[in-house]
This record gives sequence, structure tokens and C-alpha cells, in this order.
Amino acid sequence: MASVTVNEDVCKGCGLCVDACPKKIMALDAARINKKGYHAAYCVSMADCIGCAFCATMCPDVAITVEK
Amino acid sequence: MAVVFQKTPLLTDKPFHYCPGCTHGIIHRLVAEVLGELGIGETAIGVAPVGCAVFAYEYFNCDMMEAAHGRAPAVATGIKRVCPDKAVFTYQGDGDLASIGTAEIVHAATRGEKITTIFVNNAIYGMTGGQMAPTTLPGQVTTTSPYGRDTDHCGFPVRVSEMLGTLNGPAYIERVSVHDVPHIRKAKAAIKKAFQLQMEGRGFTMVEVLSTCPTNWGKTPQESMQWVKDAMMPVYPLGVFKDVTAQPVAEGGAV
Repeated sequence: MASVTVNEDVCKGCGLCVDACPKKIMALDAARINKKGYHAAYCVSMADCIGCAFCATMCPDVAITVEK
Repeated sequence: MAVVFQKTPLLTDKPFHYCPGCTHGIIHRLVAEVLGELGIGETAIGVAPVGCAVFAYEYFNCDMMEAAHGRAPAVATGIKRVCPDKAVFTYQGDGDLASIGTAEIVHAATRGEKITTIFVNNAIYGMTGGQMAPTTLPGQVTTTSPYGRDTDHCGFPVRVSEMLGTLNGPAYIERVSVHDVPHIRKAKAAIKKAFQLQMEGRGFTMVEVLSTCPTNWGKTPQESMQWVKDAMMPVYPLGVFKDVTAQPVAEGGAV
């Protein structure tokens, strides 16, 4: 069991975490925008997260915290 | 659950002003994490450049100094000579280091100043609007080379790591990339080694990091990462260009 927390306010929706995720469970939330106007990243299926922290390693805005 | 990854306290809470997908943020994080892991973050002194990273002093949670354009190695020289026990680093882009600051970096390196330079090379001037830099690739389109860099007219890119690697003063020079997770890990290891050798007083250390500029390259963050791999790495091959720990001391003491 692992969890990914995205600090939505600093996410710029670049999508690098989406590409880095080996389980393909990160996505940009097309239905919402954050206060900067970006579609922030979120974890689609937390149950499948393996806690590898690839998303956080790739994130240029250090917006992701990973727990395992 | 245990925390596997969280933002290091050596970065401030201020959100980066960089464009979406710009790898400056990754490189900032790596430097801050290394300072923390080596236990030198409390006393480290950084020197910020002019360019996109001009506000680096807002993001690193250690003492920072702002230098005039290109002059960060000269400022860092002064700081290190007054405070020889502190970790002193400069964080510079290619427009700052490889153009207006060429004299300062070459002479700081050849003097063997015991500082660490993080050289962020994205082959373009980012902050000023995407003009051709000394590091711009042959044929690369920028706002001042709209038909691509013509080497007959504008010359060839400067390979700073190779150039400084020929000098006696540097202790460690490596070129790394941050376009994917394995390379980010290697980049962090290189930055760590550079700071370790600085603290051992071995000489000048520099890590050149191939970086992206999605905005001025006119590419998505994903295309930019691919472009680093496909276009930049053939011109700027990754590798170690100087490492005193790997070489025997030459006769006369100079390495």
C-alpha cells in the first residue's frame, strides 16, 4: 500500500509525472483547474501505486509526496 | 506508512516561477538534497546567476548571494577564500556561464578555486526570449537564428566541460542529464561527488546538467525531454571529463 499526494497549488500540469509512472496511474485532471489555471496531476488509482516515487523524482516543481 | 519522498527543507516553500516542465526545478531539488545529505546545508553559501535562475536565492534555504551577470565564480571565489570551511556553490545557466561569464569560469577553474559550479545547459537564452546562445546547436532555430544556427556565420557550440577538463585546476567535471529517472539519479550522484571533493579541498568542481526550455524550444515538456536525448546528447556527450580521484598524481604534484 502506497500513496501519492500532489500539492495541487504548485503543480503546473506539465505531465512529466504521467510519463514517468511505471503503473500509468498518474493523469492530469482535465475537469478541474488549480488556482494558477493549470490542470493539476492526480493519481487515478491509488490502490495500484507501488510507491516507487518516479513521479516525484521527475516533478520539476517538487509538488509530490510519496508514502509507502 | 513511511514517507518515501518529500520536499527537502533545504528548499523554501516558495513555488518555482519556472515554466511548466522546465528542469531547473529538478536540478534545484538535487542540489538542495545533496546539501542536506552531506550535512552542509546549514552553512552552505550559494551564488545565484542572471538568467532564468536569477531568483534561485528565493528557493534555496541556505545563504545566497546574487552576482552580476556571469560573475558568480568570481563572487564565489571571494566567499570561499573568506570562509574556507563553508560549502560554496554557483548555479549558472549557459547564457550566464558560457557567454558573458566565460572569463570568470575559466579562471576560477584554472585557479582551482574550491567551489562547486552547477552549470545548467539548455542551449538557449531562456529568460530574455529564446535567443541563440554560445551553446545553441548547429541548425537549431532560435529567435535570433530563425533559419537555424549557421555555423559558417555564427560558429560552433562551446563545450564547456571538455574545455575545462583540459585544465589542471579542476578536481571534478562531469556532464549529466535529467531527462529521465535513471539520469536524474546519476546527476544527483555527480553533484554529491562534486560537493564532497570541494569539502575535501581537492579543487574546482563542476557538474554540467543538460536541461530543457520547452517554452523557447517551442516543444511540449515531453518533446523537450526527447530532444535532450536525441539532439543534445550527441553534441554534448555525457561523461566525466576530469576526476582527480581516478587519476594518479602526476610528477611535480600537479594533476
